[in-house]
Amino acid sequence: MQTATTVSATKASPARKASLRRDRRRALVWSYVFLVIFVIFFLTPPVYMVITSLKTSAEISAASNPWWVFKPTLQNYIELLTSPTYLTFFRNSALVSLLTVAITMAVSIPAAFALSRLKFWGSATLATGVFLTYLVPNTLLFIPLFGIFAFLHDITGIEFLNHWWVLIIVHPMLTVPFCTWIMIGYFASIPKELDEAALIDGAGYLQILTKIFIPVALPGIIAATIFAFTVSWADFLYPLAFTTSTDQLVLPVGIVTTLIKGDVFNWGQIMTGALLGAAPPLIIYAFLMDYYIAGLTAGATKG
Amino acid sequence: MVDAVARGVHVSTGGRRMTLRKFVRRKSTIAFAMTLPLILIIGTLVVYPAFYSFYLAMLNKSMQHFVGLANFSFLFTRETFWMVVKQSIIFAVSAVVFKALIGFMVAHFVHNIPVRGQRKWRGMLLVPWVMPPAMSVLAWLWLFDPSYSAFNWLLEKIGASGVPWLGNPYWARFAVILVNVWIGAPFFMIMYLAALKSVPEQLYEAAAIDGANWWQKMWFITLPMMRNIIAITVLFSLIVTFANFDIVRILTSGGPVNQTDVFATWAFRIGIESNDIPLGACVSLFMFPILAIAAIFILRDISKRGNEA
Repeated sequence: MQTATTVSATKASPARKASLRRDRRRALVWSYVFLVIFVIFFLTPPVYMVITSLKTSAEISAASNPWWVFKPTLQNYIELLTSPTYLTFFRNSALVSLLTVAITMAVSIPAAFALSRLKFWGSATLATGVFLTYLVPNTLLFIPLFGIFAFLHDITGIEFLNHWWVLIIVHPMLTVPFCTWIMIGYFASIPKELDEAALIDGAGYLQILTKIFIPVALPGIIAATIFAFTVSWADFLYPLAFTTSTDQLVLPVGIVTTLIKGDVFNWGQIMTGALLGAAPPLIIYAFLMDYYIAGLTAGATKG
Repeated sequence: MVDAVARGVHVSTGGRRMTLRKFVRRKSTIAFAMTLPLILIIGTLVVYPAFYSFYLAMLNKSMQHFVGLANFSFLFTRETFWMVVKQSIIFAVSAVVFKALIGFMVAHFVHNIPVRGQRKWRGMLLVPWVMPPAMSVLAWLWLFDPSYSAFNWLLEKIGASGVPWLGNPYWARFAVILVNVWIGAPFFMIMYLAALKSVPEQLYEAAAIDGANWWQKMWFITLPMMRNIIAITVLFSLIVTFANFDIVRILTSGGPVNQTDVFATWAFRIGIESNDIPLGACVSLFMFPILAIAAIFILRDISKRGNEA
């Protein structure tokens, strides 16, 4: 009905149709103009990182155009990738992130299953609690955690601080609530008929989880995995607060603290290190962009 | 329907009451076993530290005497504290407003162009959000470098004089807000784009027939349809921005003279670097009320949406 009216209306006035088309075209052109401006704004820092990373120290301190590379060199990359310190940072970061992802998935998938399907006393409250803890920023709790680790050292003799593995203990706090929360959303969208059919066929709850829920909600699991990895990889505050020795640092802190020596900034190396440090999340994003965005939007749109 | 059938099945086999009861018990034990690790993590890493920080905040510097609220009253007498309060609020509010505005605009631009090209543009626009903040802030630090600033080079090329990006308190605050907006705006863009796509096209068609102009469509259709998502993203971003640490820490380290310090960086300086854990805990506790208020609003919004659905 509606479309019929519009069609007859536009047929009646070809001049109006032409002006509409012109309006749309103009809107399109302006959209592209502004998109280009914003893309320049958003991509300037990463592009500038690439430019600087390809320069020698001499070229960086010369008064030439900073936005152009006159004598491109891979020297910075070679130096960093053969430096044992930098490779240690990389190894620490990789170990911390991968183990955090493993722990996060092992905890949040069963918990999300229980919270979305096995209604039990307090399950609704616990689900709300999970969401609330997701809202707690890490800056709120690093001092008490620091105090707790110091206290534990006094009573047990185990030194928690200044070991890279302490991050595996604290990072689940950042990743588990969000992953559980979005997995609850994904699991809740699976039709109840599926698990009822399985129950009637005599499957146990563990079988329902591993044979039905995990395969069906795989996109959600991938999104949660990406999230956990990125958060753990990017965390800067906890490693800065809890680790100090050079061999225990993870990438973000390692680059900030060791490549800046006193007041001497070796910007070529800093930018190369930062670029390589940003590479794993960026590569994951490049290949799994749709999962990444699904995870990002699921957190707030699935209530 | 299915529920009723399933219940019927249980009732019909109700003769074996023991197995039924065992079944129920098994379900709850399984549920408990599955959520136990989650409860332990939230309990030991979030709830316990939260309470512990209240206790810590009431100790003296050597953590041996209980001093009650002395730390709090000491903070109130310090000028730096009030400066930190002011700066945290200014940074959070202005950064969130600009993130939301830019995100809203860019989402519309992406929504306007043909669907085929949207993926590519969206992919480029989300890069700041994907990069680890510590790494991208280093790039900004280099762009703002006092002697080799690439921005100043451009400014000097067009005849303007260079700007002391991080040396002057006002420019340093501007720089912190700018980097904040740069990192956060893509998140808003993605959320608003998803919301824009969920607005039914018929509403706009109907409005067009009624002769609505662009502003009316925006005001009476787009904004009401996106109200919830705007509220949630703003509140969520308010929490994250207010409690931000990485940007200020790397960019200015709170300087010049605490004029860009926020709660998180100041608490770090006092608690970890100056080794006054109680006072640091005290400072970070001040983030709590604002976060709690935002959290209450978010929760109310989410449960409201749950009822509508």
